[in-house]
Amino acid sequence: MRFMILAKRNFKEVWLDPLSIGLVIGLPVGLLLMFQPIGRLNPFFTPTILAPGIAVYAFTMLTFSSGMILARDRESALLSRLLTAPLRANDFISAYSLPYIPVAIIQIALVFGIGRLLGLEISGNAGLVFLVIFVMSIGYIGLGMILGSLLTSKQVPIVWTAVNLLTIFGGAWVPLEALGGAFQRAMKALPFAHAIDAARAVMVHGVGFSDIAVDFYWVLGYTLVFFALGTILFRRRMVE
Amino acid sequence: MKKGTEINRGTRSYATKDNRFAIQTFSLSRKFGDLVAVNSIDLSIEEGELFSVLGPNGAGKTTTIKMLCCLLRPSSGTATIMGHDIQKDTIAVKKVIDVSPQETAIAEHLNAWENLSLMGGIYGLEKEEVKKRSEELLEMMGLTKRAKDKVRKYSGGMKRRLSIVMALVSDPQVLFLDEPTLGLDPQSRRSIWEHIAELKGKKTIVLTTHYLEEADALADRVAIIDEGKIVALGTPQELKDSISDIQVMVVKAKNLTIDVIEGLREKYPEVKEVEDGIEIKAKEFSFDEVVDYLRPRGVVIESTSRKQPTLDDVFLHLTRKELRE
Ligand SMILES: Nc1ncnc2c1ncn2[C@@H]1O[C@H](COP(=O)(O)OP(=O)(O)OP(=O)(O)O)[C@@H](O)[C@H]1O
Ligand SMILES: [Mg+2]
Repeated sequence: MRFMILAKRNFKEVWLDPLSIGLVIGLPVGLLLMFQPIGRLNPFFTPTILAPGIAVYAFTMLTFSSGMILARDRESALLSRLLTAPLRANDFISAYSLPYIPVAIIQIALVFGIGRLLGLEISGNAGLVFLVIFVMSIGYIGLGMILGSLLTSKQVPIVWTAVNLLTIFGGAWVPLEALGGAFQRAMKALPFAHAIDAARAVMVHGVGFSDIAVDFYWVLGYTLVFFALGTILFRRRMVE
Repeated sequence: MKKGTEINRGTRSYATKDNRFAIQTFSLSRKFGDLVAVNSIDLSIEEGELFSVLGPNGAGKTTTIKMLCCLLRPSSGTATIMGHDIQKDTIAVKKVIDVSPQETAIAEHLNAWENLSLMGGIYGLEKEEVKKRSEELLEMMGLTKRAKDKVRKYSGGMKRRLSIVMALVSDPQVLFLDEPTLGLDPQSRRSIWEHIAELKGKKTIVLTTHYLEEADALADRVAIIDEGKIVALGTPQELKDSISDIQVMVVKAKNLTIDVIEGLREKYPEVKEVEDGIEIKAKEFSFDEVVDYLRPRGVVIESTSRKQPTLDDVFLHLTRKELRE
């Protein structure tokens, strides 16, 4: 557990950056409030329908922030010093991911908490909704680890834009059915739509785990792959 | 006495693996594109030895250290630290080493205490032990009063001092110090020297420096490297003795033209222009010869004298480069 001490330092790094933390937390809240008046007119925009998409969209900020901190640190003399210590690639990836878990939980709590005040309803098991959405948030942190291990801090924002677009068109804003065809199938291959669909199914239709099992494993599988890939890429960057 | 102190200029004996040595390199090389930064270095450093690596900018000192710390992959050759291969056994190597990098490497958002605990924690030390050692180290570097301030607010020299002692928390068996005293005031430099002197014999230390005084005072052995190659290796005294047969003649003169100096350079390998004259270095020459050459060419000689070679001269002689720019 030697990585915990580094995680602690990174935690401070995250929370001492008010701009980034403000964006990460403020974005979902802002979006929810912005759509509130529209929701009264169009049933697609009610908090119940919107919350999963907004939460998942907000997770792109986790990718951005965690990817940036890792990429920036990789360029620093401090990380090169830490790389001479007996830590392994997975220790570093853990130390850079862990501080974002509370951030993700706060995002989820805010989206669903505020949504609740605005009339959000969960007809199924709330724990199940949390589980799917939470695993998806970890996946986005894993994406941050890939970006941060692979890219420079100048490149991270560029590639992150792609993650952002994939999230928007992957079901967060645009209903996949509206796109149709090959594009829909391609987006369905990614985990984002699965997380959103599964959460909505539980919230709106009250379905149980067996009905969303495929979606859930899809999301979990991607999350594990993102972390494995992030760790491999980081390991390859440990020695130049 | 240490073994293998014979002056070594270019000729190398291929080392074989031997557990007596804390560090051994085997034709260790590293290229960056076409540039050969480290060119087939063979070194055997004994346990407890303080070994200094001396060389001009870009000689390959940092590149060598980075390879030994598993940060850079050798292009060819390899090395062992306490018997562990730097490419195959990286974790075992990393457990026994610590490094003070040439660049200041600190966590800016933490205070000095937290920086030292970070290092201690990563090496798996007990909290109490880290605390005790941190106290000593902060005291040694005169940082105790500011220990609770965020290091972001420190002066450059203070950051530098902290960065160096961060390498000492883990109490490593093998310590790499890449230009530790660069940019320090004389007092801090002296504290570092004293501390290094205390560690001498207890740890294996590799120290790179531009300060010959530093190497002279501290090191058991010195390797002078230039353009990635070892050009001399031995105790400081041996290195000085190696050019004791070289004479330095200082000529103060007027009317020295470029043609005249070029002419001298053809006769003597090292002719340096200094204020109001020239310095000539050679194994053997007579004053008369020099004077007889200069006079007919219109040079007005004001004085001539002989100088004892300094350590800088050793360096200059071997690398034909000034150590500090
Ligand atoms: N990452 C790199 N990419 C390309 N070239 C490099 C890299 N690192 C070092 N070099 C080159 O390798 C050579 C040796 O550099 P190195 O940093 O080892 O020198 P040094 O002896 O430590 O010099 P100094 O006294 O200036 O610290 C230099 O020519 C340098 O430009
Ligand atoms: Mg250097």
